[in-house]
Amino acid sequence: MSDIAHLLPCAEPVRFLAPDGTPAEPTAETAATMEARGYVIPDDEDLLAVWRGMVVGRRFDAQATALTKQGRLAVYPSSRGQDACQVAPVLGLGADDWMFPTYRDSMALVTRGIDPVEVLTLLRGDWHCGYDPVSTRTAPQCTPLATQAVHAAGAADGLRRKGVEGVALCLIGDGATSEGDFHEGLNFAAVFNAPVVYLVQNNKYAISVPLARQTKAPALAYKGVGYGVRSEQVDGNDPAAVLAVMRAAYRHAREGKGPVLVEAHTYRMEAHTNADDATRYRTPDEVDGWTGQDPLVRLQAYLVGRGVLDDARIEEVRAEAEAFAADLRTRMNAEPQVDPMHLFDHVYAEPTPQLREQREMVRAEIAGSAHAAHGPAEEKEGAR
Amino acid sequence: MSRPTTYAQALNAALRDALTEDESVLVFGEDVGALGGVFRITDGLTRDFGEERCFDTPLAEAGIAGYAVGLCTQGFRPVIEMQFDAFGYPAFEQVVSHVAKMRNRTQGRLTLPMVIRYPYAGGIGGVEHHCDSSEGYYVHTPGLHVVTPSTPADAYSLLREAIASDDPVVFMEPKSLYWSKAELELPTRTEPFGTAVVRREGADVTLITYGPQVPNALKAAEIAAVEEDWDIEVVDLRTLVPFDDETVMASVRKTGRAVVLAEAQGFAGMGAEVAARVSERCFHSLAAPVLRVTGLDIPYPPPILEHSHLPGVDRILDTVARLQWDDEPDLTFADRPGTTGVPA
Repeated sequence: MSDIAHLLPCAEPVRFLAPDGTPAEPTAETAATMEARGYVIPDDEDLLAVWRGMVVGRRFDAQATALTKQGRLAVYPSSRGQDACQVAPVLGLGADDWMFPTYRDSMALVTRGIDPVEVLTLLRGDWHCGYDPVSTRTAPQCTPLATQAVHAAGAADGLRRKGVEGVALCLIGDGATSEGDFHEGLNFAAVFNAPVVYLVQNNKYAISVPLARQTKAPALAYKGVGYGVRSEQVDGNDPAAVLAVMRAAYRHAREGKGPVLVEAHTYRMEAHTNADDATRYRTPDEVDGWTGQDPLVRLQAYLVGRGVLDDARIEEVRAEAEAFAADLRTRMNAEPQVDPMHLFDHVYAEPTPQLREQREMVRAEIAGSAHAAHGPAEEKEGAR
Repeated sequence: MSRPTTYAQALNAALRDALTEDESVLVFGEDVGALGGVFRITDGLTRDFGEERCFDTPLAEAGIAGYAVGLCTQGFRPVIEMQFDAFGYPAFEQVVSHVAKMRNRTQGRLTLPMVIRYPYAGGIGGVEHHCDSSEGYYVHTPGLHVVTPSTPADAYSLLREAIASDDPVVFMEPKSLYWSKAELELPTRTEPFGTAVVRREGADVTLITYGPQVPNALKAAEIAAVEEDWDIEVVDLRTLVPFDDETVMASVRKTGRAVVLAEAQGFAGMGAEVAARVSERCFHSLAAPVLRVTGLDIPYPPPILEHSHLPGVDRILDTVARLQWDDEPDLTFADRPGTTGVPA
């Protein structure tokens, strides 16, 4: 038993703050494990940074949802409610670290410092990935579920091979833990001792399918144990606990002790996307219950109670978030500039002869096909 | 100094030379380490370059392909082995959704200079799931180069080019040719990607083929010359993507007849693509419809029956015989202005 004790998650999710922002009271067993693993509540300065990130992140999220209603985004998967998981893990990363996000992690990308317009390029639809993955050390948002789990393992191994003391953070959802690539990623990471940290945001639903249909495991965190991966579970709506656990996980990986799997228990407050109807599969009572667990309310109450956050600062950051959203709104209201000729630019380093022919065909279509009256030629003429 | 070199040895030499010249090259997969691969293509690489450069992985093909994607993000050039054609299917999502698309998704900012080696096709008496001609899946996927050498010299040269390429390359190695030999001095460079080669010149009919069927095509041409007085020109495509329209069409316009030979099942496959391209571009030069000789449209058969499935010399010659030999092709078309090979 002692051989696997270091792999096992705490018996209950790690938590520092109760929903009302007062200190949480873990069981003696969990408290002992928390101490043994070096989980300490982050200092006020770090938590103020997380709080600020969550205020801006949540405003961004609301703005993105609004942009779908104005037809500026094709679709938007909100992460409201998961704000602590979107912000704290990212603020714990260093400059050399890499991140492997999913489509629901736009708030995390904004926290990473990536231009929100570039983050939303995918969802606006003028290209797939709008930011530079190399300079931002952030992989394109991954839509095929769990496929990024093995990318993160390989990237982490690459960092180690280059002698960089970096880690890879892989964000993943509860539904994706059923995919084979999740398991292959954990296994490869463990076998090659790759410095990667997997954060499962267990928001309880994969679109409409509840967690009970994904797993019989007592917690998703236990899935790491079978692979020899240090595993942990945390209250995903407690920003202090998320930051503490993620920092310990990064340290573990950075020190060459291998990968870590962290399950964060959280909740997706919005529907899967703006196109989804969540009332078909969950009750208002359930959602209300989670409203009382709000991570932003919790951290703000804690910081105000500590006397390190006052109304003036709250107003200041609120205004900052408003300005951030206003700037995003303005820039997203500009018509995206697209050119069908660019479709041929990045298929290969050099277009094949066949692609060069097709490029000429499209160029001629745009110039005015003899059969233009029969087709939607105007749709091909650039910006919509 | 040239010496007899097998196709397998040429591949091994290419991997060795790439590992020596470029520290970012990594070789990994199942059984590629101490064993040297089930076909011994990676023989001795772990011994000579160390476990950090050539290593065994967990037995999980999606993991292998995805791990290579991750290593590419850090500037490495992975060369991974899928062991057998059909064992590569678990990696299909990684290959199609990530390997092929990453350059495009990221507007050229993140590229994946990786090579995926697939020992493929049959004719070796293999049991089920060991003999698939799976090239059709990959040629249908934009963003991948698909290469299939048929000679030891090409095996070396194309693998070196694949490893040096900044685009992902699906490298299809016909298992039936691993033990084929040629006099060879290494290193050698043959024609680059996108270049087909005329393996045998002929005047009467163009036989277009690739990979495992190239030796069969040459054998059929020799027999036809002796027994039927048909002068068959054999074109080896070498790289399926990019496709060399120019060489293929020039040959067909010269001979006025075309047969496409592929070991894969025929329906909607690479052979169909070649036949369609020839028909579109050389219609006026053709004396007869473009015909295909392929494997049957069946799951790959058990080994004792595989000879009935595989295209052989007889099936090739029977097909050539159906090319309306009483009609004369119009071979002046190639010289007419404006016939660039692109259909109007």
